[in-house]
Amino acid sequence: MVTAATLMETRSPAPNLRPTMPAAATGQPAGTAAPAAEVLIDIDHLDFFYGASQALYDVSLRLDTRKVTAFIGPSGCGKSTLLRCLNRMNDLIDGTRVAKGSIKIRGVDINRPDVDVIELRKRVGMVFQKSNPFPKSIYENITYGLRLQGATTKARLDEVVEKSLRGAALWEEVKDRLHTSGLGLSGGQQQRLCIARAIAVEPEIILMDEPCSALDPLATAKVEELIHELKTKFTIIIVTHNMQQAARCSDKTAFFYIGRLIEYADTQQIFMNPSNPQTEAYVSGRFG
Amino acid sequence: MAALVNPHIFQTRPSAARRWERACFGLFGAATYLVLFCGAAVFLTIVAKGSRTIFKAEAPFINTTFFTDAPESLYVFEWQGKKLEMGDREHRAFIEQHPDAAKVKTESYIYAAGGIFPCIVGTVLLVVGSMTIALVLGVCAAVYLNEYARDGAFIRFVRLAILNLAGVPSIVFGLFGFGMFVIFFGWNVSLLSGWFTLAFMVLPVIITASEESLKAVPKGFREGSLALGATKWQTIRKNVLPYALPGILTSSILGIARVAGETAPIMFTAAYVVRDKLPWQVEKFSDFFFQGVMALPYHIYVVSSKIPQNEYTERVQYGTALVFLLIVAVIATASILLRNNLRNRYKW
Repeated sequence: MVTAATLMETRSPAPNLRPTMPAAATGQPAGTAAPAAEVLIDIDHLDFFYGASQALYDVSLRLDTRKVTAFIGPSGCGKSTLLRCLNRMNDLIDGTRVAKGSIKIRGVDINRPDVDVIELRKRVGMVFQKSNPFPKSIYENITYGLRLQGATTKARLDEVVEKSLRGAALWEEVKDRLHTSGLGLSGGQQQRLCIARAIAVEPEIILMDEPCSALDPLATAKVEELIHELKTKFTIIIVTHNMQQAARCSDKTAFFYIGRLIEYADTQQIFMNPSNPQTEAYVSGRFG
Repeated sequence: MAALVNPHIFQTRPSAARRWERACFGLFGAATYLVLFCGAAVFLTIVAKGSRTIFKAEAPFINTTFFTDAPESLYVFEWQGKKLEMGDREHRAFIEQHPDAAKVKTESYIYAAGGIFPCIVGTVLLVVGSMTIALVLGVCAAVYLNEYARDGAFIRFVRLAILNLAGVPSIVFGLFGFGMFVIFFGWNVSLLSGWFTLAFMVLPVIITASEESLKAVPKGFREGSLALGATKWQTIRKNVLPYALPGILTSSILGIARVAGETAPIMFTAAYVVRDKLPWQVEKFSDFFFQGVMALPYHIYVVSSKIPQNEYTERVQYGTALVFLLIVAVIATASILLRNNLRNRYKW
């Protein structure tokens, strides 16, 4: 077992996730040229199988720190599969395997046997398609992850609850009923509660698997606004069926089709001037 | 203009399909009411005849000695033109006062006087102990089968074995318990032997039902927890088991009725026909587990198989049966309240 501070593995002298963060957070002194964005996630020629059927073919992708990346593509194209590879949620499904290639987060191959998947998931949070607040109070929902890590003092928990709920733009709406069930909230509030729960454990990366597909347009707008604010602190990867959403809230977009990465570029370029005819056909609504 | 084909289109006689439907529904209804009738007949007979034993005409209207005393023999004899009935101790005292009474022709009926307190205590002890063992083992097994075990030929075989176990007659469990616990482990006829025998008998029901309850907990709760960096066990303990508990308790309510009611598994392993001492009257604590007890269903069996049967023996039979029903009802109600309480706490 490894502590959070030493990242997810023991043997190799892996670069630490944390030390780079404060430096980056302070920003560069004004006047100097912005450095090239830092590569956080490096997916290298990844082949992924569900049992005998291959879901991802030779996917290579590099994602930058503190950017929002959207994965788009028709159903079954592998975008959710790839997302769930990043925090190894696919481990829960029998018979899944990475057959070839690797996923490196800050240079550490997360599929290595000595990587502690628990530590990985603390660093790579996830928000699911169907909002899944636990049938506990709002307060207990937020503190769930922290309590797992052993945080118990009330002052600390109170602080994190407020900070996370503010971070998820939910504080004003629920501050008077923190101890009522999280399931009493509306659909959009529930999804923001799940986001608050994810950021409470201070991950570096947040994966969002179609977070707005069950929400009405107003609730969707709020979540999108939230994504915009969150990207100052977190690296966000969002899977979406909604191309306007991808266009509105992402910096970069990756288009997938039948398990292959077709095109990956700045969002503006993907939507305005895609280089691949399949991408163009998809974003212009001709199929998918 | 063409006239309507049939002006009485909605007034035709019922079609064959409609008549067939009515006949079928009639049959279904009759079957339901027949079951209801049988249940009511059994229940009302026991209540009607048992009430005469456990209630009495004068205050406090409840025959408290029936609940608080041990069984005694009943003596019936004629004395100075009056027919007298009295229990063992009372009869002895009477003879001391009137020595002539010993010579009168007296009928005696074993266990027909006194009460059934030791049986009530024994049954409650058997139920509590065996359900505790069964729930611990059953929930552990269900968690393993549903959350940890990889589905494969072996696990399918284990499930099949569990289902088959549910169909084994209770007397077979009784003999198994006798061979295993009473003789091989050397626990003799004791609470411990009875607990394990009864627990094994209800295990299949509890495992199967617990697995169903675990399956009913949405996958999202597990994924949500794991995605926050919980281990599988943390997830199960904090975010799956609490929600599955109401369902598990529902199944255990059925288990309680069975454990309390079965006679065959305890007749070789835990039940005494009669025992003077109460379970807590033991010399040292460990003896508590290694003593046999009286139990309600076995007592009903004992008093019902005595010959002759008449109005005097019938009282204790129906009285015991009614008390037994009441106790099962009380335990089941308590579990239902507990379950509803949990259900209200965790709703989704």
